[in-house]
Amino acid sequence: MKDSRQTLSRLGGAAATAMTLGALLSSVAANPADVGAQESGAAPVRPDAPVLTWDPNDPRIGLATGWTDAGEAISNLELLAAIPRPDGFFNPETPGDGRFSNTDLAFRGNTLIQGNYNGFQLYDISNPADPRLELSIVCPGGQGDVSVHGDLVVMSAQETRGRLDCGIEGVADSISAERMRGVRIFDLGDVNNPRQVAAVQSCRGSHTHTLVTDPNDAENIYVYIQGTSSVRPGDELPGCSGAEPEEDENTALFRIEVVKVPLADPSASEIVNMPRIFADAEGNIAGLWAGGDHGPGTQTTRRTDRCHDITAYPGIGLAGGACSGNGILLDITDPANPVRVAGVADPNFSYWHSATFNNDGDVVVFTDEWGGGSAPRCRSSDPATWGANAIFRRSEDNSLELAGYYKLPVPQTDTENCVAHNGSIIPVPGRDLFVQAWYQGGVSIMDFTDPENAFEIAYFDRGPLSDTEIYTGGYWSTYWYNGRIYGAEISRGIDVFRLTPSEHLTEAEIAAAEQVWMDEFNAQLQPKVTWEPTADVAQAYLDQMIRHKRILNSRADELGRVIQQARRGSASASALNGAAAAAERDAAAIRAGELGGDADRMEKLAATLRGMAGM
Amino acid sequence: MKLIRPRSLLIVAVATATVSGCSSAGNAEPTQAPGPPEAAQSTAEPGPRIFQPGAPGQATKEFSTDELNAVEGVTYVEADVRFMQMMIPHHAQALEMTDLVRMHATTDAVRQMALRMEISQRDEIALMQSWLRERGESVEWDGMDGEHGARGTDAAHAGHPMAGEGMAMGDDAQVDSMDVALMPGMLTPRQMEELENARGVEFDRLFLLYMIQHHQGAVDMVADLFMTSGAAQESTVFKFAEDVDADQTMEIARMQRVLEGLPESSNAR
Repeated sequence: MKDSRQTLSRLGGAAATAMTLGALLSSVAANPADVGAQESGAAPVRPDAPVLTWDPNDPRIGLATGWTDAGEAISNLELLAAIPRPDGFFNPETPGDGRFSNTDLAFRGNTLIQGNYNGFQLYDISNPADPRLELSIVCPGGQGDVSVHGDLVVMSAQETRGRLDCGIEGVADSISAERMRGVRIFDLGDVNNPRQVAAVQSCRGSHTHTLVTDPNDAENIYVYIQGTSSVRPGDELPGCSGAEPEEDENTALFRIEVVKVPLADPSASEIVNMPRIFADAEGNIAGLWAGGDHGPGTQTTRRTDRCHDITAYPGIGLAGGACSGNGILLDITDPANPVRVAGVADPNFSYWHSATFNNDGDVVVFTDEWGGGSAPRCRSSDPATWGANAIFRRSEDNSLELAGYYKLPVPQTDTENCVAHNGSIIPVPGRDLFVQAWYQGGVSIMDFTDPENAFEIAYFDRGPLSDTEIYTGGYWSTYWYNGRIYGAEISRGIDVFRLTPSEHLTEAEIAAAEQVWMDEFNAQLQPKVTWEPTADVAQAYLDQMIRHKRILNSRADELGRVIQQARRGSASASALNGAAAAAERDAAAIRAGELGGDADRMEKLAATLRGMAGM
Repeated sequence: MKLIRPRSLLIVAVATATVSGCSSAGNAEPTQAPGPPEAAQSTAEPGPRIFQPGAPGQATKEFSTDELNAVEGVTYVEADVRFMQMMIPHHAQALEMTDLVRMHATTDAVRQMALRMEISQRDEIALMQSWLRERGESVEWDGMDGEHGARGTDAAHAGHPMAGEGMAMGDDAQVDSMDVALMPGMLTPRQMEELENARGVEFDRLFLLYMIQHHQGAVDMVADLFMTSGAAQESTVFKFAEDVDADQTMEIARMQRVLEGLPESSNAR
């Protein structure tokens, strides 16, 4: 472990000054068992929650402060475009006006949809290096998380200012029929007349939502509403009750809402189920984590009475739920009736925030939004396992086992809100990569191919918005879509990146990811990726075996030559099949223990070569 | 997911002008979007169009950029300012209480809870101060002598001193200032003194009792805010008030459980 005090002294100027109070406080936070640490001036130590370690020369340390002119540090990425928020969606006086925060992203074809507390925008990303604003929709209500399905855009509304008519004047009365909290559905089929076709009201509003498709039903889609806000009075929306379950078994707590959207008539969208997905075997609807800590030195975890976010993965029939006090898995083979099949707690988690599967579906990344997103939680002395990702292995029987944690591996200042937030999978075959937003901590790409030892392979970061004020800023979401990474910056707009080759990622691995093309992408509706057999995919597997020295040099040379020939179009089917056969023989020998190496990747490489031969 | 060749799946085909960006490296050829179709009732300047859909079944309006910028939209009201100003001293007293924990607590459960509270309340004080400074509002609450409290619609809570717990509301003249709390849930000077002097398990018990009272006051202040016309419409205030409600409600439940688990106080000094 590095000496934190020494490292702290390397922080430049204002950051170092600003650290003083925070470091003092954090030293206490880091060691609940020893409240005397502050007085003794000891470095923060917490026996069961390791503090962050980092490279003292990391260029992300000491970046200049600014809204539009902050210092930048970048590694293994190229910034292609940085587009400020458009007119009507920011306050020129301050980056900290929460009415105009950029939020989540959705994608369809050449269109990027940027959610905002004040509505949403459509950008044409035909040329990802030059996004063009095409259309703005004004419709306040926050958070404004968006999803897309065909011509329909679904948006979350949770604030008390949200209006049915998308008005910006708010709703003055505490009880009002004009208020809208729930999910809005827009039809953008006619670009000259985008319409709100449905507004599905819910008791706690919609903090986030999840589109769920049914492989056996093309007529309908489903929207899960995740409400996290206060329950509104029954006088405003009949049936709403915020009472505890002992007092009212019909409480709006401890559930999600399932909306059925008939695609032929979206205006008929309605809530069709309010499943009690936290119930225990005895039927107690508050059947999961009751709130509180997990013993000495552990984090305090919010009770499980809502899901913050759910990611559906219809390709494996499951959804991952991040549900305040627990991570859960839901069987969604019948999307209208999700059934909990697994649940897990974690002594380092404060607030289970989001879930993402790896492509195979046997690993789940859960994020912890310690501090709620508006607080600085990546300071030098914050525990490395708090406000982090927890990576779980999933077994066939859906049991979940903790493999490890990952946290942004560089400290941020006291004025930078920072904690694990939204991300998506980068589809490099043979690897599990996650591009993730850390608010003002920037973008970090995590390699969790080995879930016990996740590490960072690329990043981008800007300096703080302010040296004195804590604004809620930075990246809300960073997602991979059709070869590029799009970042939704809360107060700075949209950033677009491409991957660049490095010791961690070869040109072929990047090209293999860039060949994956989707016609629609919602991060909370995870697609199952398969790769067409191409030279890039074959080379990617080969590169990975070479990187890990898990292949005979002679075999690597031989296979590499065939792949090069194929790239030039000069490899015969028999040459490709011959190479595949050699790879298969090696894989069998590895499986039999007669040869060292990586049988899985060797088999995938062989299958890719056979696929190329058949094309 | 099949490999699909790149193709245009534009939802919209309306783009007539570029938005000015600070593209730092975007030097690729811009793609020309199709020209604008005839707009039925467009009053917009050339440029990206701005729509405001109506309620379901109602018509959609179109704005020009100037029209949009001219609209102020929802903003904050006096009650929001007062709420933020008042919650600062409210939180500050919680920090005074957690300071005592450092010296006197006897149980790890209480120490841990106090540390969590300390972190979150400190962060929230910074957030409230930022919010007020940003808007040119005073970070000081002058409700005791100033005009805010006197003008407040919920003056019984906001502007007027509160009688302490267990204190009969007699004639105003009879109220001992030692039994007056600044705002809902806050400890009276007498209660604070009592806590400062408590030792052993009795300290833990009193701390929990008084912090529950203190938190309940904050939760009540949030409830009042939400019931005030026009209040909590501003996004930061809304989120902050919701956070206070959720966090402190949870902590109250937790403190009640810890309280039940405390050993019987022997009043040992």
